[in-house]
Amino acid sequence: MMGRNTIFWAVFAVFMSHGLIANAATAEEDLWSALKQTYFGDRKIHENADDVLILEAPTRAEDAAIVPISVKSVQPQTAEKYIKNIHIIIDKNPMPYSANFHLSPTLGDIDIATRVRVDQYTDMRAIAEMNDGSLHMVSKFVKASGGCSAPAGKDMEAAMARLGKMQIRMREASIGETTKAQVVVSHPNNSGLQFDQKTRGYIPPHYVKEIVIDFEDENLITLEAGISISEDPSIRFNFTPQKHGVLKAMVNDSKEMTYSMDKQI
Amino acid sequence: MRILISFLSIVVSSLAFASSSQPDSYSVQQVAEGIFYHQGSHEEADAENLGAIANVGFIIGEQCIAVIDSGGSFQEGKLLRKAIRQHSDLPICYVINTHVHPDHVLGNAAFKMDEPEFIGHEKLPAAMASRKQHFARQFSEILGDAYEGTEFIEAETLVAVDSPLQLDLGNRLLTLTAFTTAHTDHDLTVYDEKTSTLWTGDLLFVERVPALDGSINGWIDALETLVDRDAAMIIPGHGSAFSGEQSKGWQDLLRYLITVREEIRVIINDLGTIEQAIESVGRQEAENWKLFEEYHRRNVTAAFVELEWE
Repeated sequence: MMGRNTIFWAVFAVFMSHGLIANAATAEEDLWSALKQTYFGDRKIHENADDVLILEAPTRAEDAAIVPISVKSVQPQTAEKYIKNIHIIIDKNPMPYSANFHLSPTLGDIDIATRVRVDQYTDMRAIAEMNDGSLHMVSKFVKASGGCSAPAGKDMEAAMARLGKMQIRMREASIGETTKAQVVVSHPNNSGLQFDQKTRGYIPPHYVKEIVIDFEDENLITLEAGISISEDPSIRFNFTPQKHGVLKAMVNDSKEMTYSMDKQI
Repeated sequence: MRILISFLSIVVSSLAFASSSQPDSYSVQQVAEGIFYHQGSHEEADAENLGAIANVGFIIGEQCIAVIDSGGSFQEGKLLRKAIRQHSDLPICYVINTHVHPDHVLGNAAFKMDEPEFIGHEKLPAAMASRKQHFARQFSEILGDAYEGTEFIEAETLVAVDSPLQLDLGNRLLTLTAFTTAHTDHDLTVYDEKTSTLWTGDLLFVERVPALDGSINGWIDALETLVDRDAAMIIPGHGSAFSGEQSKGWQDLLRYLITVREEIRVIINDLGTIEQAIESVGRQEAENWKLFEEYHRRNVTAAFVELEWE
């Protein structure tokens, strides 16, 4: 596995120079085998692993900029055998490696949702990496959105005006009971692919690199992310607090700015 | 003689037949003195309809012509230009783009030879820059041959919010008004002072379900301002033009957007998800709009992530 974040950019340069690679139907298989080699090398990936996890995504990306997806574990998570990471890959996005969720076994059954950008017709993959290192993949084909929908932000000025504002949304939790929570941070998650007419250059990327969610100093989820994540990155997840304590969410972005929020449970 | 006439009529009718889906069938209608529009079809853009799905048209003054939205493909732009030339030989001085969506701007290059001033909202160039790569890939596929020749020509004359621009077409003043984020973050309306005709761009959809690409709160606010505006005739971005005495067009869109907003707010307050909202919000509006299934879920998605920050 490559170092943090370098993996997100690994295939990017290749795509920029071979922009057409994605359009030929015959290239789909080749595309995945190239991506697989880049991200996982020669490691074996068990395909159609619906005995391990479920990936839910709409058949059509209604809005190219905001496609809600979720991943769920199928088997109980135990200290002995649990999903350690979930990698999300969107084959035809400019940066296909889209997210890496590091997961704690104390999360219990995994039910995590986020929102991604989908540029065009593409395979989308969720790969569970178990604590024994084995890899298990499920995939879905997502059709591109129609009409005037584009992955670009709708109102950059509004997004910048509330940059870094955060929310932790959840009902009052009961100790020992599974509860749903959502962490969302206002951030343009700018791709760096946008041309600035005034400066005649590309706008430098400015995106959320990492969201760390801890409960009482124990890490529940760490998301390493890239530009495939939608503006205003959101993670919805289930967890079961076993005591009272502080749920804390910390966000680091590519300009080394950090934002955080606490919630007392 | 009779044989000759019937022969001629065969020739004429076969000519008409041969060109039925081509230029001759591209019609414009006059809605006020010197103001013409082509009404787009309520379809998704495709190779057959040449992307001609939005209302586009022109206003003729005593010295100049202004084009308002140039069409959904280079081909439509050419048809629109040809239609203009059937009505006037005056120079085409201005091409106004009401916003960046492909059905409104992809015809720009068809007017390049006229060397017009391309005009848009101050945020139009940024919107075009961030979308053109995506639109070019998508619409070159969708439109096929009709896309050939298309260029993304950006506006060089820009209209700032709170600072309307007036154009004089020769004894005919147009007022261009730039809006804060509504249907997009760069909507522009055109008002003809002479006939009190308001060209709304996509701030108003009639018959066809709207496409939200800006802010649902902003759009509702903009509509509430526009509905009170005195206009004798209104040309929406999609659907039939109507007289200012009628308010159904405005009310239908307001009802749709307010319904969507209020139902999403309930779901958000109950900590519900986008997926739940997509399933349930605004379904009762389905029968009121063309292309509802194609755009409604998207509108709910876009509105949800905005309303999450209220």
